[in-house]
Formats: sequence, C-alpha cells, structure tokens
Amino acid sequence: MIGFNLLVAICLGYVVLLFLVAFWGDNQAQAGRGEWLRSPLVYTLSLSIYCTAWTFYGAVGYAARTGLEFVTIYLGPTLVLVGWWWILRKLVRIGRTQRITSIADLISSRYGKSNLLGVIVTLLAVVGTTPYIALQLQSVVLSFSVFSQAAGGENPQSTAFWVAVGLAAFTVLFGTRNLDANERHHGVVTAIALEAVVKLVALLAVGIFVVWGIGGGPRDIAATIEASKIAAWDMNGSRWVTMIFLSAAAFMTLPRMFQVLVVENVSERQLATASWAFPLYMFAMSLFVVPIAVVGLDVLPAGANPDLFVLTVPLHFEKSTLATLTFLGGFSSATSMVIVAAIALSTMMSNHVVMPLWLSLRRGGAAMSGDVRQVVLVSRRLSIAGVLGLGWLYYQVSGGGEALAAIGLIAFVGVAQVLPVMIGGLFWRGATRIGAAAGLSVGFAIWIYALFLPSFGDSGIMSASFLENGPWGLGWLRPQAFFGITGLDPLVHATFWSMVLNTGVFVIGSILSFPRPLERLQGAQFVNVFEHSSTAQSWARGAAEAEDLLVMAQRIMGASEAQALFQAEAMRQGKQGYLPDTTPDFLRALERELSGSVGAATAHAMVSQTVGGASVSVEDLMAVADETAQILEYSNQLEAKSEELTRTARQLQQANEKLTALSIQKDAFLGQISHELRTPMTSIRAFSEILREGGMSPSETQKYSGIIQDEAIRLTRLLDDLLDLSVLEAGQVTLNREEVDLADVIERAVAAGSGRDGGLEIQRNAAREHARVVTDPDRLAQVFINLIANARKYCDAKAPRLTISVETRPDRVQVDFMDNGAGIPPESQTMIFEKFSRLTDHRKAGGAGLGLAICREIMSKLGGAVEYLPGQGGAAFRVTLPRERGAPPR
Amino acid sequence: MARQVLLIEDEPNIIEAISFILSRDGWSVATHANGETAIEAVRRHAPDALILDVMLPGKSGYDILQDLRADPATQALPVLMLTARGQKKDRDMADKLGVTKFMTKPFSNAEVLAALRDMAPAAE
Repeated sequence: MIGFNLLVAICLGYVVLLFLVAFWGDNQAQAGRGEWLRSPLVYTLSLSIYCTAWTFYGAVGYAARTGLEFVTIYLGPTLVLVGWWWILRKLVRIGRTQRITSIADLISSRYGKSNLLGVIVTLLAVVGTTPYIALQLQSVVLSFSVFSQAAGGENPQSTAFWVAVGLAAFTVLFGTRNLDANERHHGVVTAIALEAVVKLVALLAVGIFVVWGIGGGPRDIAATIEASKIAAWDMNGSRWVTMIFLSAAAFMTLPRMFQVLVVENVSERQLATASWAFPLYMFAMSLFVVPIAVVGLDVLPAGANPDLFVLTVPLHFEKSTLATLTFLGGFSSATSMVIVAAIALSTMMSNHVVMPLWLSLRRGGAAMSGDVRQVVLVSRRLSIAGVLGLGWLYYQVSGGGEALAAIGLIAFVGVAQVLPVMIGGLFWRGATRIGAAAGLSVGFAIWIYALFLPSFGDSGIMSASFLENGPWGLGWLRPQAFFGITGLDPLVHATFWSMVLNTGVFVIGSILSFPRPLERLQGAQFVNVFEHSSTAQSWARGAAEAEDLLVMAQRIMGASEAQALFQAEAMRQGKQGYLPDTTPDFLRALERELSGSVGAATAHAMVSQTVGGASVSVEDLMAVADETAQILEYSNQLEAKSEELTRTARQLQQANEKLTALSIQKDAFLGQISHELRTPMTSIRAFSEILREGGMSPSETQKYSGIIQDEAIRLTRLLDDLLDLSVLEAGQVTLNREEVDLADVIERAVAAGSGRDGGLEIQRNAAREHARVVTDPDRLAQVFINLIANARKYCDAKAPRLTISVETRPDRVQVDFMDNGAGIPPESQTMIFEKFSRLTDHRKAGGAGLGLAICREIMSKLGGAVEYLPGQGGAAFRVTLPRERGAPPR
Repeated sequence: MARQVLLIEDEPNIIEAISFILSRDGWSVATHANGETAIEAVRRHAPDALILDVMLPGKSGYDILQDLRADPATQALPVLMLTARGQKKDRDMADKLGVTKFMTKPFSNAEVLAALRDMAPAAE
C-alpha cells in the first residue's frame, strides 16, 4: 500500500514534470522552433480537456447507475466533429481573423463589440464553470481520501485548499507569462497534451487489468455484463436526445473547450485531423467503462462509491502502482480542466469586467502609456485566483455532496445557452445585439430558475413546497413543470424550455430591433468570413510584423520614404538589413508619420491592426469613420467644382461650335447665292457679246435672245425668292388673316399652275375640301402652288398624277399632296427643306432651290407646318393648318 | 486637223454659249455634263485642252482636277477652270491642285478664247 506522503511526493513530482514540460513548450514556441506544436496530434490531445475528472472517474459511476447513458457524453462531440466540422472551421477562421480571445469575446465582437454581451456571457461562464471547478477539486480530494483512508487519516478540506492554490500558481505562471495577442499558451497546451496521454494510458491500463487480469478475457466480461443490472437499463429516449444535444453544444460553448478549440488553434489543418482523431480518443476513453463498472459492482462491497471504482478496484486487488497511475490520470483530468478553465475565465473576466471598469474609473480613456500591459497582467492573475477561489468556495459551501455527473450536466445546460446566439451570429446577418442579449438573458434566467437552484435540493434555496406549487402558488411557474407540463425529466425540462425560449426571444428580438452600423459590419465579417480572410498566418511574428508595417507604410507614404524611415530605425537599433524591431517607440514614431497622411485615428487603427497588440476599439473605428466622412465631403466638394468647370468648358465649346457652324453656314450660303446669281449672268453676258458681234442668222438671233430673256427671268425669280425668304426669316412679313374656305385656296393654287405645259393630272375630292380656316389665303396658296409645281417638275412617272386630299380634324386640317413618282430617297428627305437643296440638276429645277425653304417659313408663320411623309410610294407632302376652336367642319 | 477641247459643264445655256464661241474660233468641241464620269470622258476624247466647271453633279471640279494630275497621261493636260463661286479661297484651291488657268463666271468670250490659245498653242 502506497502511503499518503509518498502519494503527495509523487503528485508533486508529477506537477514539477508538468512545469518543466510547460516551460519547455513556451520556450520552444518563443524561439520559433515550435513547428511540432502546430501538429494536429498536440491539438487533438489538448481537446481531451473535454474529458475531465467527471469523465475519468464519473463515467464509470454513471454507467454503474444508469447503464449506457454515459455514452451520450461522447456522442455529442463526435457528432460535432464529424458532422459539424464546417461550423468549427468557421469558428476557428473567425477566431483567427478577428483575434478572438474567448467565447465572451466572440459573442461581444459579433454583436458590435457589445460590452453588455461580453459581461453576460462572462457571468454565464463563471456561474456555469464554478461548480465544475469545485467538482474537480472534489475529485482530487476524494481520490486523495481513498488513499488516506487506506493509510489512515489526513484532513481532506485542507487538501482541496492546497490543490486550489497549487493550480492557481501553475495557471498564473503559465497562463499569464506574457500577454500574447492571440491569447495562445503553448506551454500550457503542451502540458495538457501530456496529461491527456497520462489519462488515456491510466484508464486503458485499468481496463486491461479488469478485463484480462480479473475478468478472464473479453468473453467472460461480456457474460458478466450480460448478467449485471447494467444490461437491464432501459434507454430513456428524451434524455438521450437531450444529453447528446447538450454535450454537442457544450463541446463548442464551454469556455475551456472554446479556449483549446478556437483560441489555441494555430491552423485549420489541426481541425481536420481532430475531426477523426478526437472521436477515436473518446472511444478509447470509453472502451473499458462498462467492464470496470460491472467488475466494481461485482467485487466491491455494496455502497462503495461507483465514481471511484477506477481507483478502488485496483486498490482492492492491491495493485498500488496501477492505482497510483490511475490517481495521476484522475489528477491530470482535474488539473488540466481547471487550468484551461481558469485561463479562459480569467481572460473573459479581465477583458470584459475588470479592464472596462478600470478604464472607466481612470479618466483619460485608453490612450495611455505602456503600463496598461502591467494592469492587464495583474487583472488576469487576480482573475485566476478569483476563479479558483470561487471554485474552492463553492466546494466548501456545497459540501461536495452531489453526484459528480449531475453538476457536470447542470453546467452543460448553462453554457449551452450561448449556442443559439453563437450559431445565429455565425450564419445569420440579421442577428442583433438586442436579440442576443434578450435571448441569452432569458435562457440564463430559466436555467438558474429551473435547474441550477433546484439542484441544491429541498434543503437548499428552493423549498419542497416551492418546487411543488410554484412561486406564490402559481402552478404554471413551477420550476420543474412549466405550464403544467409534468412528468418530464428535470434536465430535459430545463433544457427544452431554456433553449426554446432563448432561441425564440433571440430570433424575435433580432427581427424587431435594428442593428447599429458596427453590428452590421461585424455581422458581415463573421457570416462571410471565408470571403474576407485567407488561411495563411505567419508563425514567426517579429519579422512578419515589421514587414507588414513596411508594406502598409509604403502604400501610404510612398516606397522610398517608407524604406528610408525603416532603414534609419534599423540602423539606430544597430540591426543588419532594413527591418527594425517593432519597439513601442518606433511604432509611435511610425504612427505619427502615417497620421500625417491618413489622420491620427486611421493611423492608430492601422498600426494596431498590423501589430495586433491591441484590437481596434469602437472609438478607433468611429474616429476612422469620421475622418473618412470628412475626406469624402472634401472630395465631393472638389468633384462638384470640377464638374462645374467641365460643364462651363462644355458650354463654351458648344457655343464655339455653334459659331463655327454658323460661319460655315454663312459662307456656304454666300457661295450658293454667288453661284445662283453668276450662272444666269454668265449665259446672259456670253450671248449678249455674241449678238453684239453680229453676223448671226435670224433663227440664231432668235434663239440666243430667247436664252438671254429666260436667264433674266430666272435671275428675277431668284431675287424675288431671296427677298421673300429674307423677309419671312426676319419676321417682318405682314399676314392678312381672314376666314376662308380651304377649297377656294386649293382651287386658286391648282388654277395658277394649269397654264403651264406638262401633263400633270391632279386628282381632288372637292367635297371633302370644305373647311373654314383663318389664315392668310395668299401665302397659303403660295405654298400650295409651290408643292404643285414641285410635282410638275420632279414627278418622273409616265403619266404623272398628283392627289390632293384634305382631312379635317377637330384641332387641325391636313392637306396632303401625293404624286405617283419615285419619291425622294430617304437619305435626302431631311435636307429638302434647306435652302438651295436641289436634288436633281439645274435644268429641270428651274429654280434656285428655295421653294420648300420658303414653304416651311410660311407655314411656320401661319402656325402650321409642312413636312415630308415618307413611305407613301411617291413624293408626299403634308401641310397642317391649325383650326379656330369651335369652327365646325362644313 | 482642228484641235479638240473638252467642256465639262452642266448648265445647258453656258454649254451652248461656250460651244458656239469655240467652234467659231476653229476648235472641235466635245461636251460632258456629269462630274462622276468626267475622267472617262477625258480619256475617251483625249482633248488638247479642258474647260472644267467646279459645281458639277456627282463630283466636284476640284476632285476631277486632282485625279487628272495624279494620272501621268493627263498630268500635263491644260485645264481652264471656270467657276461661279468667285471667292479667293476657290482660286487658291485650284492653284494648289495644279490648275493651268482659272476664271470666274461671268467671263468675257474673248478672255476665254485668249486663255485657251495661250494654254494650248497651235502647232506650227
């Protein structure tokens, strides 16, 4: 039999070993030689803190009491790792990109860096973890007492105290050795990995001893199990489902699990391996649970604590070495859980409770010097001591009475309250801070009311009658039978109601409330984390930091200036190359330089983002937003000015173009006039010279003087047209308006042209031509004459025919002139109303090409229009006249 | 054999007048009224001198002159250009393109004859 003192000595020796391992791990990591620390194996083993003393000792007790139900504790995490690894991957990615330090930080950060949520989750975690720590202390004390009973007497209460003190010392030493931006503790993780191995080896050793040493091989053990009462346990479906759900939720939301799963994770590769390796570990841990329970029940006296079978069975068979190993296994389970839980809780407490308080008490805000680090460290250490003190206190107060597993499950339900808010935050951008706070509070309250307080038993805070009748006799509020639904297992009852109401309130609260900008920003960053981040992360921080800073500085200050600045600093530090150490002085100097370009707040945010020493605070972000807004405003003003300039320039250019066009038009017009005048004059001069010279035959004389006369008439007509047009264009024309019958005007125009030669047939529908119009009949007739003359000149049909049709509308009269010729080609239709736009050659035209231009001017003066109608077969013109209102068609 | 002159002009009365004057002076006159086909007419007639109007249907006299000067066969052909657009820039344009003589309408008959004789003197 091993004496108590020897056991203490072994224990201390083991702790010293852990110290050395932790110290070595830290040094390896700091020296940058910790490649193996990133190995998925170490990560997987560190996850084993899921298996605490509760699992190490309690699983056997659990099996002895309720059969196979203990398996659910392993099934939950297995389901998460195998089926929900993508959620874990997202968690891990967010944890790294957002530099998440704890689960409270995750929730707070997701919901717009809400400190309220940080405090709620911290509170939840502390309340949920404290009994758990007490549980570990109890297990150590119990296991000590097993030995001390065998060896005869020692005080177990002082054991608990000294264990708590020792764990606090270890955690302070390795949990707060330095403030790492990522909150990673390589030494601690290494030690925990070692403890995981010890746990597994111890449990397997006991199992092998039980199966092959006592039971006589697997076949006999199977028979023993078959015969024992464990085989007879019924499976309770709702409890199984609840337990699997709870253990799955707890695997992700327990503060210590979050610490190793997310915060201590260094690469996503680790997660991939853990997703199959950790279920395997748990399988090995649970392999011999039932055989040990069965054999314990079989060989030990009735009334022996089944929670201690792992220890008492070897002791019963006087296998003291095996018992010592088991003791170390249980000790490992307890200490590793406590250490990691204390680190996780102290981080939360110090970041979300102590530091905000300290900062708000000290006026002047966060913009203070380097002694903040010291304050953080002290607050961490005090928090660790506080957490362990609370655990010890809880242990003292509760008296260590309850069965181990019960407390564990109660804690599971408590921390599971974070799950809806966490999952919602990862996948639903609509989740808001108010919804999260409301959901968490409701879930937390129900948990306290329906499970935590009743767990103290009748003698505790809630009396038996309270449990029976509800508060103030309100039956539907009975803590273990909400709304009168009785018969549910209290655990199932509390889990169901807390999760349903928590999720419901969270969802409804999120839908009803409006997220603040920062919440939306963070929400997007979380939900879309895979679009925003890359997996690469540098291991060797020092050099990468300086390089990142240089890259950033080059972008802002320009390459040469930034390099000069860095090089000067490197030289000052006496370093080779151009990358200096990122000392606080240098960072301040750099920040000053950068703030000249991008503003102080932005510079601070950028430097701290790159260095990672401090996460960017809300104030930083707001200041950045303000600066950005100012810059935007300024650039908007500039843009407006530049737009105005552009507009003015465009107007000037347009005016210039217009003038140029007018000048070109004028030149072209003068050129045209010159041509139109000189051409007839040329003929007149040439022939008059010929006639003057004499010697012509009478017929020749006749012919040539005829030409002279024609050309003179042409000249006169041209001059008439020109004068007419200039008068019309200048607006000096006097219109003699009178009410006339349109038919009369058409008649006059047709008659005016009928004297000419050429066989143009004019078709009319005289009955429809009668319409009273108020107009200048002479001018209107001039337009009609012109259109008829055009048809006479240009219609190229064999039997040229012009159809004049009148259509009377309520507000206007349309007179259409359509011939049966080839019409005007589409490309020329737009220019026929321009001056001098004769389409065919001069001989046929017999005019200067001013006719339609004059028509257009006249119709415009008369308040109507003349236009070309395309696609009518021949050339078709429509003259539109306005009608006097109220004049009825005749 | 009478020397030939080709008149490219679209105004019928002017064609009549110039043809009369030149024929009386002993020239053989060919006429062509279309700008587009003027170059072919020049090749076909191979005249000793050319009288060219500027404003022609289809193709301007300037373009015709440019084409003639680009072709070695007609590079040296004497060209008298007549135009009713009497502005200075018209004359400058014609000079640039290598016109032999340039006259503004209306012209005196004697001037046209003198210019032609000057441009294409009769071989003794």
